[in-house]
Amino acid sequence: MKRVGVVVFPGSNCEYDALAAMGALGVAAELVWHSTTDLSDFDGVILPGGFAHGDYLRPGALARFSPVMAAVQRFADEGGPVLGICNGFQVLTEAGLLPGALQKNIGLTFLCQPTTLVVTSNNSVLTSGATMEQELVIPINHFSGSYTCDDETLERLQDNGQVVLRYKENPNGSRADIAGLANERGNVVGLMPHPERAMSTLLGSADGRVLLESFVAAHVAA
Amino acid sequence: MNYFVIVDVTLRQGIADPEGATIERALPALGFRGVSNVKAGKSFRMSIDAASEGEALEKATALAERLLSNPVIEDAAARLGETVAP
Repeated sequence: MKRVGVVVFPGSNCEYDALAAMGALGVAAELVWHSTTDLSDFDGVILPGGFAHGDYLRPGALARFSPVMAAVQRFADEGGPVLGICNGFQVLTEAGLLPGALQKNIGLTFLCQPTTLVVTSNNSVLTSGATMEQELVIPINHFSGSYTCDDETLERLQDNGQVVLRYKENPNGSRADIAGLANERGNVVGLMPHPERAMSTLLGSADGRVLLESFVAAHVAA
Repeated sequence: MNYFVIVDVTLRQGIADPEGATIERALPALGFRGVSNVKAGKSFRMSIDAASEGEALEKATALAERLLSNPVIEDAAARLGETVAP
């Protein structure tokens, strides 16, 4: 991957963490304002964490109508790697790029803590370089991270290996301990934890590297 | 004609409602007994310019399904209010 676009909505606040993480992996990344309608210059797209459009109505509900989202949809349809982190994950579910929805945490508490994740599928641009059952310590930082979907969707996700990361100890009430999931093709991934904040042992953990290294190693499908 | 429409958005059956549950648990401490099945939801009010009541409700239902609610976890219902919103 040569060039990554990090989408900035009004209210995004983790875009510089994403840029720094890409920089640490030697990948050129730049910020892309949400009014952009063309992402064809990029090899990968990241929707970062934050509170897009103030999280008014529901997290991601207004962001999905930002002009950039039609371009994200096209980019994803063409097989381009798309990663939604935290609020970015919420935006992807609201936009229908990933199934299900993220609700308020079951304890109604804002959670900001390291969590242990288990890799449960390699079938995605985020986990292709990780080992099955590998445990990763990566922080979460959210109020609405409780993943929910209907029985049929859950079964399909599990059968297709789309559940890529699970919490070892469920912090927020997510269905089936789901922390991250991919679309059927594996090129669109969303997760609540922040791998871009786990890039250095100096800051507590470098376990996010294996995930983001997988992402930047991904190629746009032909 | 301007119609005053109210849209109620509620969590679908079977979807966890931690907000409603927390409110319900708080009530006994305030001396309110015998209150159960508390559900939290949202209510939106708006004026809609339409040719008929039916058209106003249709419009409200469409925008509720597209934007005001997330059909994965929520139901939306539009109804006419009694007064016109200021």
